[in-house]
Amino acid sequence: MINTRDILSTIEMIRHQCLDIRTITMGISLKDCMSEDMGRAIDKIKEKILRKAEKLVKTGEEIEAEFGIPIVNKRISVTPISIIGEPTGTADYAPFAVALDEAGKEVGVDFIGGFSALVHKGMTPGERNFIRSIPEALASTDIVCSSVNVGTTRAGINMDAVALMGEAVKQAAERTADQGGLGAAKLVVFCNAVEDNPFMAGAFHGIGEGDCVINVGVSGPGVVYAAIADMKGANLGEIAEQIKKTAFHITRMGELVAREASRRLGAEFGIVDLSLAPTPAQGDSVARILEAMGLETCGGCGTTAALALLNDAVKKGGVMASSNVGGLSGAFIPVSEDEGMIAAARSGVLRLEKLEAMTCVCSVGLDMIAVPGDTPAETLSAIIADEAAIGMVNNKTTAVRIIPVPGGKVGDEVSFGGLLGTAPIMPCSKVSASEFIHRGGRIPAPIHSQKN
Amino acid sequence: MRAIISVFGKDRPGIIAGLSAVLYRHGANILDISQTVMQGAIFTMVMLIEVGEGDSFSGLKADLEEAAEGLGMELHLQREEIFDSMHRI
Repeated sequence: MINTRDILSTIEMIRHQCLDIRTITMGISLKDCMSEDMGRAIDKIKEKILRKAEKLVKTGEEIEAEFGIPIVNKRISVTPISIIGEPTGTADYAPFAVALDEAGKEVGVDFIGGFSALVHKGMTPGERNFIRSIPEALASTDIVCSSVNVGTTRAGINMDAVALMGEAVKQAAERTADQGGLGAAKLVVFCNAVEDNPFMAGAFHGIGEGDCVINVGVSGPGVVYAAIADMKGANLGEIAEQIKKTAFHITRMGELVAREASRRLGAEFGIVDLSLAPTPAQGDSVARILEAMGLETCGGCGTTAALALLNDAVKKGGVMASSNVGGLSGAFIPVSEDEGMIAAARSGVLRLEKLEAMTCVCSVGLDMIAVPGDTPAETLSAIIADEAAIGMVNNKTTAVRIIPVPGGKVGDEVSFGGLLGTAPIMPCSKVSASEFIHRGGRIPAPIHSQKN
Repeated sequence: MRAIISVFGKDRPGIIAGLSAVLYRHGANILDISQTVMQGAIFTMVMLIEVGEGDSFSGLKADLEEAAEGLGMELHLQREEIFDSMHRI
């Protein structure tokens, strides 16, 4: 029989350290749903989602019961709607979002992602219209998530798209002012977006993916925290080793669930994404892991180094455990969703500038950050451009999910509820970047993109 | 299908008898069992079972949980593969 200690340690991880499968995300290709007639395209999209995802939630619940591991979310990602909708020639893509919302609700998933566009090098007229439709789409739906890729290491940064996205973020927040700007919390702007990410709000089903794929996101900041919390006096090499071992165990569990879900649903097994995704719950915080390494407060000097260690050790443990590690895999640092980050932001120690530095060494970017509602669209675009530049030059994914809270001022707090948490509104630079943003054009790809 | 039952709670007579009766009723076979009483009071038991052929996993789980609740114990029933995958290469 398996070692009793191993059994008890697994149960302890689940009971007290918030170990969970954060999401089973079914990626569904909508390539076969394109039509010049919008009504026809929408009918095909809804029919396919209902057919493919009919048993997704039930299967997730069955696996949860049999293996005794919580599966927090069941989600769907679809092929970017900008591509699927373009043949219709429509100027308003919001009806597609409404269709996704209805289909997602009917199958009972928590979120549906893929109201997305890939415009890192250029934009078609349809993609421009698509981006202009995002605020309306997010305001008229509940569970739809949107993302736009504005740059890659190979192509550079499309600054025309960056300018449009600053506006889109601002309007998405304003259109949902009664919910604290919630629309912007469901909108991500990427550089080097990955096609198999199971996490929201950035999940979409990439154009290189198969017809129906299961991607699983595993979490577990609490488990990592517990693993290192008692390592007083250990050096950082020993800490890294311990994190690696912990990540290994967690990823193995994710792989098992992913394979089981794929088999039962008759879908392809895609990837396991081991991302330390925090929640606002006590004991489920990435910030507290960094503090357990010896920092007084997350956001102080040393935070970037500690995060680099954490992110790397998580990846190494993950790749040892599964040949199918993908997605973003690393540490997430969403401010509003992390109890320790919220506390650090409230105290004023964690600031936007430090978060930007942290995004150079973690798996994503500026995530779930609330800024004052009067922040100009051009400033939001400039923040997006800075983040995209970090991703482009460092050959990694970066993202911006920022909420200019309508009517909100520095020091106020906004609550989005559930896993989206509570965000203290943080100060951001008031110096104008307007002229820079309005130049448009493309920031060329860096020299090290020339690898062929 | 093999599964692991883990039980925690205050030690008292009748825990194994109570749970074994449920297992018997469901046609489950006990393959291995290990128990300790930690710090002289907290009963901890881990049991490896073969779920009865054709038996409902969810039905067995519900009945075991009900029996454990009656005994004032916390019980988990999980398929063995979860532990295999996490702790064995």
